[in-house]
Amino acid sequence: MKTSKRNRVVVVGNGMVSYKFCEKLIAKTNGSVEFSVTVFGEEPRAAYDRVHLSAFFSGQTADDLALASTEWYQENGIQLHLSDPVVAIDRERQEVRSHHGHIVPYDYLVLATGSGAFVPPVAGVEKEGVFVYRTIEDLELIQAHARKARRGAVLGGGLLGLEAAKALLDLGLDEAHVVEFAPRLMPRQIDAAGSEVLQRQLEALGLHIHLSKSTQQIVGTESIEALQFTDGTSLDVDMLVISAGIRPRDELAKAAGLATHPRGGIVVDDFLQTSDPAIFAVGECALAHQMIYGLVAPGYEMAEVVASRLCGQEKAFAPFDMSTKLKLIGVDVASFGDPLAEEPGCRTIRYENRAKGIYKRVNVSADGKELLGGILVGDAEQYNMLLQTCKNKMVLPPNPEDLILGTRGGEEAATGGVLGLPDDALICSCEAVTKAMICQEVTERGYTSVEDIKKANKACTGCGGCTPLVKDLIVGTMKQQGVYVRNVICEHFAYSRQELLDLTKMNNLRTYNEVLDAFGHGDGCETCKPLVASVLASLWNENVLEKGRATVQDSNDRFLANIQKGGTYSVVPRIPGGEITPDKLIVIGEVAKRYGLYTKITGGQRIDLFGAHVSDLPRIWEELIAAGFESGHAYGKALRTVKSCVGSTWCRFGVQDSVSFAIEVEDRYKGIRSPHKLKSAVSGCIRECAEAQSKDFGIIATEKGWNLYVCGNGGSKPQHAQLLATDVDKETCIRLIDRFLMFYIKTADPLTRTATWLNKMEGGMRYLKAVVVDDVLGIGEELEREMQGLITAFKCEWKEVVENPELRKRFTHFVNVPEVKDPTVDFAEMRGQKRAKEWA
Amino acid sequence: MELITNDKDKITWHLACRAEDVPEDGGACALIEGRQIAIFNFTRRNEWYATDNQCPHRQQMALARGMIGSQLDEPKVACPFHKKTFSLRDGSCLSGDAYRIETYPVRVKEGLVYVGL
Repeated sequence: MKTSKRNRVVVVGNGMVSYKFCEKLIAKTNGSVEFSVTVFGEEPRAAYDRVHLSAFFSGQTADDLALASTEWYQENGIQLHLSDPVVAIDRERQEVRSHHGHIVPYDYLVLATGSGAFVPPVAGVEKEGVFVYRTIEDLELIQAHARKARRGAVLGGGLLGLEAAKALLDLGLDEAHVVEFAPRLMPRQIDAAGSEVLQRQLEALGLHIHLSKSTQQIVGTESIEALQFTDGTSLDVDMLVISAGIRPRDELAKAAGLATHPRGGIVVDDFLQTSDPAIFAVGECALAHQMIYGLVAPGYEMAEVVASRLCGQEKAFAPFDMSTKLKLIGVDVASFGDPLAEEPGCRTIRYENRAKGIYKRVNVSADGKELLGGILVGDAEQYNMLLQTCKNKMVLPPNPEDLILGTRGGEEAATGGVLGLPDDALICSCEAVTKAMICQEVTERGYTSVEDIKKANKACTGCGGCTPLVKDLIVGTMKQQGVYVRNVICEHFAYSRQELLDLTKMNNLRTYNEVLDAFGHGDGCETCKPLVASVLASLWNENVLEKGRATVQDSNDRFLANIQKGGTYSVVPRIPGGEITPDKLIVIGEVAKRYGLYTKITGGQRIDLFGAHVSDLPRIWEELIAAGFESGHAYGKALRTVKSCVGSTWCRFGVQDSVSFAIEVEDRYKGIRSPHKLKSAVSGCIRECAEAQSKDFGIIATEKGWNLYVCGNGGSKPQHAQLLATDVDKETCIRLIDRFLMFYIKTADPLTRTATWLNKMEGGMRYLKAVVVDDVLGIGEELEREMQGLITAFKCEWKEVVENPELRKRFTHFVNVPEVKDPTVDFAEMRGQKRAKEWA
Repeated sequence: MELITNDKDKITWHLACRAEDVPEDGGACALIEGRQIAIFNFTRRNEWYATDNQCPHRQQMALARGMIGSQLDEPKVACPFHKKTFSLRDGSCLSGDAYRIETYPVRVKEGLVYVGL
C-alpha cells in the first residue's frame, strides 16, 4: 500500500473507544484509503462490548460481545496486532515499539489505553480467590473459581460493583455480598433515600448489602477466607471481586514524558490533544475538562472528535452530560443533570413509594423555573423527557411535581409533550440527531415511521433508548400538520381495524379474498390476513377453516392448536369454570398416555397437553369430543377461560354460587373471536380467590348480587380491573357483559387487550360506563343483538373438523406421505415426562 | 417417485403431490429424497413456489404452515414461529436478517406438482 507521509495513524489499545475511532475514521474517509491505520491491543481478542460484560455469565459468549471481528479490520485495511501491547513511544522519531518488537512510525498517535481496575491498598489482595472485573479473561478466571466457591463478595457498591454482583448471582453462588465504603450505594449517582429503595429491591433479589464498611485486610492462608473490617466485624467469603473504581492507564504516556495528572489520566485539551500535538488521547485514559469520563457515550464522542480532526474538520470535545439510565439486576436506576444538588441553590421534590420500590427526586432551581437534575429508582419511564427538560432548560409547569407524578387526569405530558422541546434538543445522543432533524424528515419528506427515520439520519440505531421519543415526535408532528393519524393496518389496507370491520359488515363479505378485492390491494400479508380472519369471525362466527379462511389464520388458528418449540402442538380442552368430573379427568389422562403428551395444569384451571404431532390432532380431538369435551380456544384470540373459586357450594365464606355462574358465562361466550384474547373469572365472595380483578371482565359476588369489573390485565403490564356495575343481578350482569364485549370487539385496534383499549379511550372509564351502562349512544340493544347472533352461531370447530374429511386431511406434516410424521421432531426427558428439545 | 431429468440445466424434476393437495393461497410440505420442501400455491397470483421447509432463524420445520403474501410486489412467506419473512422468489430474508432460504423451481402439469432439485 502506497502511503504518503502525514497519514500514518497508530492506535494504542483496542477497546470500545479504539474500535469506534477506527469505525468513524473509515466512515469519514468513505472507503478510500487515505490513512494507514495500525492498532495494538493488549488483550487476545479484538474489541468487545465491555459495558455488557456481565451478560457473559447469563449465557452470552465472547463472540456475542464482540464489536468487530479481526476480518473487519482486514477488510478495512487496518493492521491489527492483538496480544501485543505498545511498550514505548519514541516521540522524537515518531514511532512506537510493541512488546513483540514491532516498530511502527506514526504521524498521529491515538492513545486509547483505557483503564484498569483500581485495587485499594488492602493487605491480602494477592490471595487466591481475589479478582478484578475488567476483561473477558478476568471473567473466565472468576467463572472457574466460582465452581468451587459458595460465598462471594464484591468490594464496591458503585455502578460496576453492582454489575459484578449480578455476575455472582448469575454464577449461582449460595451467597452474594456487596461491601461499600460509603454509607450508600452508587454514591456518585443517587442519594441516601434512593440508595435505600435500591438496596431493598436488591436484597429482595438475594443480594446482601453492607454499607459504611472499610476493609482492613483479606484473611486466609493461601486462598481468601474472610474480609476483616475496621469496625471489628468480618465476613466469611471464599471469593472476592474488587470493583472499587478505575485507574486510567497512563503509564505509557507518563514514560514518554506526556503531561499526566498526579491522580491519573493523560491531560488533554478541548481537542483531545496531549502535550505533544501529534498525540491524542481518548476514552477512560484521557483527562478532559479536569475529569475522567468513565462512560462509553462520551468515549464515543471523543472518538468522533479525533476522527473528525484527522480529516481536517473543526471539532472540539464539549463537556459531556453524564446522565445515565440503566437496569441493575432488573431494577431501573437513572440519574441526570446534577442529581445531588443541595439547598439553597435548589429546591427538591421527592416521591417515594416503598410498597412498589419506587423513588423519584427532581431538583428545581430556587426560582422554580429550571430543572437542575434528578434521580429515578425503580421506575425510569420519565427519564427521557426529564433529561430533555433539564438539558434544554425548558420552562417548568406551574406544579413541578407533575414532572414525576404526571398531570393526574390529563393525557398530555406535564411539559407540553415532546413538541414543546426546542428545535436543537438532542434526541438521539448516540448519533447526534436533534428534534428539528427528525421533524424535518416528517414535514418535508413525509416520513412517518421509525424505520424511515432510522434510514434517514440513523436516529435510534445506537442504544435505541430514544425510540419512544422519536415515535412521539413523528405522531406529534403529523398531528400538528393536520394529518389525521390513523392506525392503518398495513400496506394492503389503508383502513383501521374498526373501519374495515364496519365495511366488511355493511357489504356482507365472508372471505378474505372478498375483503381484499373490495377494500385492499396486493396479495395480503401476515398482518392483515389474521386481522381480517378475526374480523370475519367476530362478525359471522362461521368455521374459521372453511371457504379458504384456513390459510389466512395465524399460526395457531390454522391448526386449532398452539404451535410449540420444535413444531408440535399443544391441546387444551375446555373445562368451564375449572369444574371437571373424575371420568373426564381419566379420559384426559388416557389420551395423554396414548399420544405421549406432556401434561400441565394451566393458570386458567385447565389442563394443557403438549407435544402432539399435527397429524395426531384430529384423532386426539375425536377421543376428547366423544367424551364430551369441546375446543378450549387456547389457540385463538377468543375467550380462554372463566376461572372460578368454589363459592357457596362448599366454601364457608361464599355468598353466591360462583362456579355455576362461571360455567354459564364461559358457555355463553366460548368461541367468540375478538381483537385479542379474553380472560374472565368469577369469585364467590369479597375474598376474591378467583382473582377476577385481573381479568378482561371479572365478577365478584356480593350479599345482594354481583359486582362487575372490566379491563383488568395480568401479564407484563398488570392493571386492576375497574368497577363497571355494583350489586346487579345475573341477567343485568350478563347484559352488560354482552354490550361491553361487543363494543370492544367492534372498536378496538388489533391485538389490543381490553386494558390497553380502555387506556387509549378518550374519556376513559367514564365514557365506557356511559356507553355500556347508561347507553348514551343508543346502541345497547344493537350490541346485545349482535352478541346473541354470535352465541347462536357457536359450533365447536374441532367437532366440525373431526367430522369433515376435507378439513381433516389438511392435518398432515407431509402432503405426499400423510402417514409419516416430521422426523426432526425430538423430545428430551424431564421429571418422568417429555419436554421440547431446546432451540438449536 | 417419478423423475423427469432436464439435462440442459441439470435440474431433476420430482413429482411432489397433486395440485389440489396444496391449499389455495397457502402451503404444504412434501418429503422429496429425504428433504422437506415447502410448496406454495399462490392462487391469487396464479404462481407456484417451492422453498426449504426449515426456517433458518430457529431451525424449525414449519415454513409450509406459514402465511404467504406480498411486500410491494415481492411474494413472501412468514414463518409461523416468529414471523420472519422470506422472499419466495429468491429466498432472501425480508425481515432484515442475514440468513436466507433455498428456493426451487416448480412445474404444474395435468394437475400434478413437480419440484426441481
